[in-house]
Amino acid sequence: MNVETPISQWSRLIEPGRVHGALYSDPAIFQAELEKIWFRTWVYVGHVSEVPNRNDYVTKSIGPMPVLMVRDREGEIRLLLNRCPHRGNAVCVIEKGNRSSFTCPYHSWTFANDGRLIGYAFPDGYQGVERSDLGLAQVPRIAIHKGFVFGSMAEDGPSLEEHLGGAIRAIDQLCENSPEGEIELTAGFLRHRTKANWKFILENECDGYHPGFVHASIFSVADSKIGELYGASSIAVTRDFGNGHTEVDLRPEFRRRGEPLSWFGTTPARLPGYVAAMEAAYGREKARQIMIDGTPHTMIFPNLFIAEIQLFVIQPVAVDETIQHVTALQFKGAPDFNRRMRQQTMGSVGPAGFLLADDTEMYERNQRGLLTRNPEWLFLERGMHRERDDEDGYRIAHSTDDLPSRGIWRHYKTLMEAA
Amino acid sequence: MSAKTSIKSVPEDVVQFLYREARLQDTHAYDEWEALWEDDAIYWVPANGTDPDPETQMSFIYDNRSRISLRVKQLKTGKRHSQTPPSQLARIVSNIELLDEAGDEIRVAANTMIFECNMRGETVWATRNEYSLRRVDGTLKMIRKKVVLVNNDKPIYTLSFLV
Repeated sequence: MNVETPISQWSRLIEPGRVHGALYSDPAIFQAELEKIWFRTWVYVGHVSEVPNRNDYVTKSIGPMPVLMVRDREGEIRLLLNRCPHRGNAVCVIEKGNRSSFTCPYHSWTFANDGRLIGYAFPDGYQGVERSDLGLAQVPRIAIHKGFVFGSMAEDGPSLEEHLGGAIRAIDQLCENSPEGEIELTAGFLRHRTKANWKFILENECDGYHPGFVHASIFSVADSKIGELYGASSIAVTRDFGNGHTEVDLRPEFRRRGEPLSWFGTTPARLPGYVAAMEAAYGREKARQIMIDGTPHTMIFPNLFIAEIQLFVIQPVAVDETIQHVTALQFKGAPDFNRRMRQQTMGSVGPAGFLLADDTEMYERNQRGLLTRNPEWLFLERGMHRERDDEDGYRIAHSTDDLPSRGIWRHYKTLMEAA
Repeated sequence: MSAKTSIKSVPEDVVQFLYREARLQDTHAYDEWEALWEDDAIYWVPANGTDPDPETQMSFIYDNRSRISLRVKQLKTGKRHSQTPPSQLARIVSNIELLDEAGDEIRVAANTMIFECNMRGETVWATRNEYSLRRVDGTLKMIRKKVVLVNNDKPIYTLSFLV
């Protein structure tokens, strides 16, 4: 007897080497993504350095949903949902600050910054009401790795470590470039609004095919060796870590050069304070290797992009609207290095940046391109014939191949098909 | 009438300078615009408020003279995709006010309202500007221009024309 397996909606839209354009433009699919991805899997929310002191808070988001990232009176990091249980008002509309409680402006209900309801106006009207049931809701699961705070709206599911898998190396590699082993996000964010679906941005982050073309204008006038990393003769590789995490591993190119800080376009002589601090922290040999390898270029699904010297957070707002939040990474104990990272970040990203303005232009043109009905599919087969496994069993291919997109879509399909 | 007499009017050549700068930006006259700058120039578009410290906080633009030059060079390649084709622009410069005058240097404030039309659609930008100008051999040069977008604490669309 032949039992036919029904082909899911997602199988009709996602094939190994191509995806249907509706995935970027159908509002119903966007709504389904909120439930199956954004409100289920682990999402990066913020970094502990954004709330350094007790009672600090900052407004963040999980998908389109605003959340408050708080360091409460006891020093614990919490993710509170910014909605009064009484009438639904936001209990906080100022983007950051320091306060031990939040008072809803509508009827003056007051909540401690651990979420507990601690008082309401005219309490004699609430005889018999159980206050402990009326606190601010919290993101059900929170996990922190090396200061990176992730939240999951699902009560159960894989641990953060299981979710990150091999991509955890990216965070560790990044932190190792700091002489104190920690990064900080203290420079404030640039927020760049784009009329495009979030997945165009997600896929572009590890697309090594576009830089030579999209960024030709700046590569041709600035003294930059970035373009070569993504050229046809580059030995850099793309990697699919599984779970939707992808990277362009540039270390093979940097190791070929063998010069500390060449990844950052500079030399040890120009950053003596940083180099001395690194050698003191790790010893001469290890410091040299770290400074040759540099920092990662890794996209942690679905919203955290570590881009060598910058950190991006992708926030979907609507099926055709996305915000990119971006800031310069800062290494604890490396002021000379940090200044250069800020200067380079301001030059390259954000709405007026030499690089990102043009990427964003491409996303918006991609989105408009979907209005053209034929061909309906987007082609993702570049490099399929030369995928191979690395020593850890992850799929890799050339730095200009579509392997990251294929990995993202494989994971996406799994998430969307889950019950 | 001391309150009235204490408000000094803006010199006419300063007003004409601001109008000219606006026209050069609107018409993408990149070389002429770049020539307005002195060597110790700072072109600053802050983010997240009116007066953050640009040495520790991210700005949309924080260009010294050489980065202004790089910005112009990139626009002139014809491959600056977010300005290919260039935005169609018209801006109103108004509320021009003299803030300070000392020796050869003049500080003025002005507001601008910029209409931008590009492939994405139409965007209206509103800014509060501060300029520091210097009289050099009888002509005015720009040493500092700060452009505060009134919505700079919100997500904004690509801003790749000269603001």
